[in-house]
Amino acid sequence: MSAAKLPALLEQNPRLDQWVGFPAPGRVRVSTGRVEIGQGVLTAMLQIAADELDVSPERIDLETGDTELTPNEGYTAGSQSIQFGGVALRLALAEVRSLFLDHAAAESGRKRAELAVRDGAILSGGRPTGQDYWSLAPAIDLSRHATAGAPVKTDFAVVGRNARRVDLAAKVFGQAAFIHDMQVDGMVHARVVRQPQRSATIATVDEAAIRRAAKGEIDIVRDGNFLAILGADETVVEAAAAVAPGHVTWDGLEPLSPFQEEARWLLQRPTIDQSLGAPPTAPAPSAQRYEATYTRMHIAHASIGPSCGLAVYRDGKLQVWTHSQGVFPLRAALARTLELDAASIVVKHAQGPGCYGHNGADDAAADAAVIAMRRPGVPVRVRWRRDEEFGFEPVSPAMVVMVQASLDATGRPGDWTTEIWSGKHGNRPGGGGNLLAAEALPNPPPAPPAVEAVGPPGAGTRNGEPLYAFPAKRIVHHLVTETPVRTSSLRGLGATANVFAIESAIDELAERASADPVEYRLSILTDKRARAVIEKVARMAGWQPGLASGTGRGRGIGFARYKNMAAYAAIVAEVEVDESVRLTRVWCAADGGLIINPDGAINQLEGGIIQGASWALKEGVRLDSAGISSRDWETYPVLRFREVPEVTVELINQAPELPPLGVGEATGGPTVAAIGNAVAHALGARLRDLPLTRERVMAALLQG
Amino acid sequence: MEEIALMVNGGMVRVNADPDTPLLDVLRNHLGLVGSKFGCGLEQCGSCMVLVDGSPEKSCGKAVSTVAGKDILTIEGLGTPEQPHPLQTAFLDEQAGQCGYCLPGILVSAKALLDRNKTPSRAEIAAALDDNICRCGSHLRILRAVERAAAAMRAGAER
Repeated sequence: MSAAKLPALLEQNPRLDQWVGFPAPGRVRVSTGRVEIGQGVLTAMLQIAADELDVSPERIDLETGDTELTPNEGYTAGSQSIQFGGVALRLALAEVRSLFLDHAAAESGRKRAELAVRDGAILSGGRPTGQDYWSLAPAIDLSRHATAGAPVKTDFAVVGRNARRVDLAAKVFGQAAFIHDMQVDGMVHARVVRQPQRSATIATVDEAAIRRAAKGEIDIVRDGNFLAILGADETVVEAAAAVAPGHVTWDGLEPLSPFQEEARWLLQRPTIDQSLGAPPTAPAPSAQRYEATYTRMHIAHASIGPSCGLAVYRDGKLQVWTHSQGVFPLRAALARTLELDAASIVVKHAQGPGCYGHNGADDAAADAAVIAMRRPGVPVRVRWRRDEEFGFEPVSPAMVVMVQASLDATGRPGDWTTEIWSGKHGNRPGGGGNLLAAEALPNPPPAPPAVEAVGPPGAGTRNGEPLYAFPAKRIVHHLVTETPVRTSSLRGLGATANVFAIESAIDELAERASADPVEYRLSILTDKRARAVIEKVARMAGWQPGLASGTGRGRGIGFARYKNMAAYAAIVAEVEVDESVRLTRVWCAADGGLIINPDGAINQLEGGIIQGASWALKEGVRLDSAGISSRDWETYPVLRFREVPEVTVELINQAPELPPLGVGEATGGPTVAAIGNAVAHALGARLRDLPLTRERVMAALLQG
Repeated sequence: MEEIALMVNGGMVRVNADPDTPLLDVLRNHLGLVGSKFGCGLEQCGSCMVLVDGSPEKSCGKAVSTVAGKDILTIEGLGTPEQPHPLQTAFLDEQAGQCGYCLPGILVSAKALLDRNKTPSRAEIAAALDDNICRCGSHLRILRAVERAAAAMRAGAER
């Protein structure tokens, strides 16, 4: 059998025993570097493993996100867990299963082709042989390197079924499911007094006043501009942390302008410029031109629970628990921050509340680690406060997206440019920078370089190239090198604003061409799977061409293939608009190829739709002179139960021979775009700036 | 510090605490009942919701002294894996959740609703849960699960 080209994750984690083991009779260890962030990935990995090994899921003990125990798969991000992590796991397990069958045949003299596995037992012609994984395991060396040479299965027993989430019951019964709930003997609680801005340095700290204000015993750790309060009683520590900022003065504060919260501020800033795609062309003088500019404010991850980290430094070893998306990159960043050898640090994932990207999880882990290093032997838990979570997590950068097109005689683009202004989306702490605690300590690491790959799959440029079959397409990217607040990755990265801009522009071009938005899209799309999701969602929604606009009721469509390489999703949204927008109904058709767990995939697509609706209608980070001012749920509102629309999601094209495509981030951009188009249809006027708030609707009505 | 007697999940417990201590801290740190979550500490998100004499109350901002002697129900008192409340069964049947951090608060809010309204409409369920934030977007599954639980409880009452 010839060796196939190894996927990158198997190249990086080549030993088969990094992925699987048979530690005790009847038990299987499966290891994944992917971590549960509420997306159901552990359940999906279990399904993959059960089928590929032919063992029942109950036999499998899953190890996840642990620098001691699991493969290094970088970050659990980008809708890549199944598309890449699951595929690597599948190949490794298929090879292990094949090795065991080879060995069983050699040992017993039976024909390899007659052997099969059922729940770990080796069968010959359907009958037990007395051999099983566990009896054979001692003789098989799994430290060998993967070759990806064994075929993966295409007949599934568990994959493709709606297996129940393995983690949900503990949460429904209120068990200690989260890092916030972990109890470690001798643990203290800690809170950090944050630098108001990254440039701020401590001028004075009145530690005595903080201790006097505390209603119990506290300890204070100070190193450079890092200041933390800790103690055994969380209530006492929390109260002391709440008053502590009043006893600290700072130098080096740089007042912001509230205008910096508006995305258009980016247009005046220094940028690093890159282009990709077709070279610029001079449009024919007679060609019709389209140009419009769309914006989106900074968006918060706004996790329902504040970030948390737990660490203990004992006997020269640091152990850290974190709900970070990447335990290995965090270990590297901590090694640099703490000047420790990475081999002396173990980072283990523990579940946290949904993060939707790079929020404060890594920072909270670093906070705990920095404190733990200064109090050896004492387990330290840091749990951020709500205002800290909103005020100091990295936010998704504001964006300005200008679409320019020159049109052919039929009103279809012959030449298309998506021009993007954005701060940095890819800003995770793996390189050692961009950890708040590290920046507060003496000798802070240099700021991460102001660079960002333009793609594909891209970050700020993500989905900046429309999938439509235009003769010439290009992206011009302006990376704004300094942003008023810290920015990093949030679900979808640049795709949300880019898809909003592109799909809004497509609707405007359809209107110019007097064409129905669905028909117009189909007329410029050759990708069959893209056409299929659009046709499907139009049928689901009972799409009728030619409905009058400006009636206060509207329908809109939005489409994208996430990253132009993951799942396809088409959305139809229905709204009612008077002074504000009420989202009444959403339909979605999606194609994610092989689906491991249909209900899990639909849950992710639905979640993306509701979160996307929240982004579209409500969300924008507010700034004042001191920094982020939207620090609670009243100043940063998100969609609530009474505002949630009815949603129908259908999966199409679930074929076992098609590779699985990531679905987790597929619906956000198309949802925002569909809502924007529906609001434009309802109003007879287009809003190009997100969010589509009452104030913006009123302004559009007044301009009418 | 003073000794405060509390009725939690049907049993009497005594804690030594500052009377101003938030009920949530007493539940989580004094009694080890970590099902109720800290979300905001501002009574805005509902992660810490418990029932006090049957009414949903945010425990993060409620001084423990104000609930002495009152009947407090937390998620741990709703049901167990062996004896689940119909809401817990329904949430698992509907796979109603993503990260699950908001679920304990939502489940107790839903219990308060079903205790006073056996046949809630979708709109009434949404209104009863409007004080609870879910950031993952599991709302529709949660609404369906509450409907399912209500139906199961009605069917159970008829038997």
